[in-house]
Amino acid sequence: MSFLPYAAAAWLFLIGLYGVVSSTNLVRTVLSLTIVQSSTYLVLLGIGYRAGAKAPIVADIPPGSRLVDPVVQVLVLTDVVIEATVTALLLALVVQAHKRFGSLDPAELRILRD
Amino acid sequence: MSPLQATALVVVVVAGTAVVLTPEALRQTMVLGIFGLALTILFFTFQAPDVALSEIVVSGVGMPVIILAALRKIRVQDREREQDREE
Amino acid sequence: MSRRARLALFALGGPGFAVVLVIGLHGLPAFGDYHGIYGLLLDRIEPHLRHATDIVTALNFDIRAFDTLGEEFILFASVAGVAVLLRRLRAIDEHVDRSRSSQAHRFAQASSAVRMTSLWLIPLLVALGGYTVIHGALTPGGGFQGGVILAAGPLAVLIAGRYLILKRLAPEWMLEAAESAGAAAYTLIGLGGLIFGSIFFENFLPLGTPGQLLSAGMIPLNSVAVGLEVTGGFLLVWTEFLDQALIIGQAEPE
Repeated sequence: MSFLPYAAAAWLFLIGLYGVVSSTNLVRTVLSLTIVQSSTYLVLLGIGYRAGAKAPIVADIPPGSRLVDPVVQVLVLTDVVIEATVTALLLALVVQAHKRFGSLDPAELRILRD
Repeated sequence: MSPLQATALVVVVVAGTAVVLTPEALRQTMVLGIFGLALTILFFTFQAPDVALSEIVVSGVGMPVIILAALRKIRVQDREREQDREE
Repeated sequence: MSRRARLALFALGGPGFAVVLVIGLHGLPAFGDYHGIYGLLLDRIEPHLRHATDIVTALNFDIRAFDTLGEEFILFASVAGVAVLLRRLRAIDEHVDRSRSSQAHRFAQASSAVRMTSLWLIPLLVALGGYTVIHGALTPGGGFQGGVILAAGPLAVLIAGRYLILKRLAPEWMLEAAESAGAAAYTLIGLGGLIFGSIFFENFLPLGTPGQLLSAGMIPLNSVAVGLEVTGGFLLVWTEFLDQALIIGQAEPE
């Protein structure tokens, strides 16, 4: 039962990878990539969790109480916002590819053959 | 591992699978919003309020606007290409 | 590579990869059983060190400020990439009728209910975004979250009114200036730590009492700088994508 977060992360990674591999539309590829990214958040937060501990905000809890690890939260927090802009960059590339080739099918990108 | 965390994990897994298996890109965006909400609740149960705030803000506002604008632009390009072909 | 070939390759390599992944994840400590010393030490001593009640934001903008500098420049580079790609697209596109693109363009078929709601959402979003950015050191929040909330304000202007109003409110040079100012301010605060304290990103401002708004030294300043950059970056990305669609969409009958 304690392996459930990591099992969920592995499942999300694999299903996202399947979505990337099997998609016929470049936009769907990019969205499946978002699922793969979310699996890494699960792994990081799963590592930092302490059973019965509270969130690392010490404004109103007695000093010295058990808190979860804050370092992994820092990593995931910045990562969530940055990945949105990286996805925007990928979508700009998709829009460019669509303009150049006329279709969103990854099987029809023929730049290496022209 | 509290039952709330287990339930949130199961919902996240189901929503993630639904995002990958949804056929159209537009519908996928909507399901992605629901996936973001499920992730936010999961982050809350993992005692990470900063991360939950960041996730709900990005997956509720940031990502859908970007994806919908990109989809709109692709459709406009398609229409232009048809107009060019007709001329 | 055709879809069938890709799926065949995935069917070949996927199960092996899945097995290796699960075996690797089993090597991690059990869920809930965290023994890392760095995190536990920070939990214990950080309120005394930096007088900030939100440990995650204090880590983000002070103790691990150098990592946030790198992340911030990833954001900057991605936004620059989007701008380069989509502006080049606009420059080579000769169908754009410049005279018609200056007309006011109503957001497509938005009902009055949507527009009214967006109207009163505008001050709400700006206030909430500013609050989240400034109170980063005290409550959950900070530059990254508050920056995206602040960026949603002008987006509500777009929905509530006309696109031309958004361009007047946040023309491109202003967005670029805001984003660059945010990135530069963050670096300059770090250099200030170098000049006044002899360590890059050392907290050289007075720390104050924990729980008050002006506390934790340079953490609120860093938060504001990052908030500025995230707001400018997101608005720039949105404007680049929407600008494309709306200007070219003028040719279609409404």
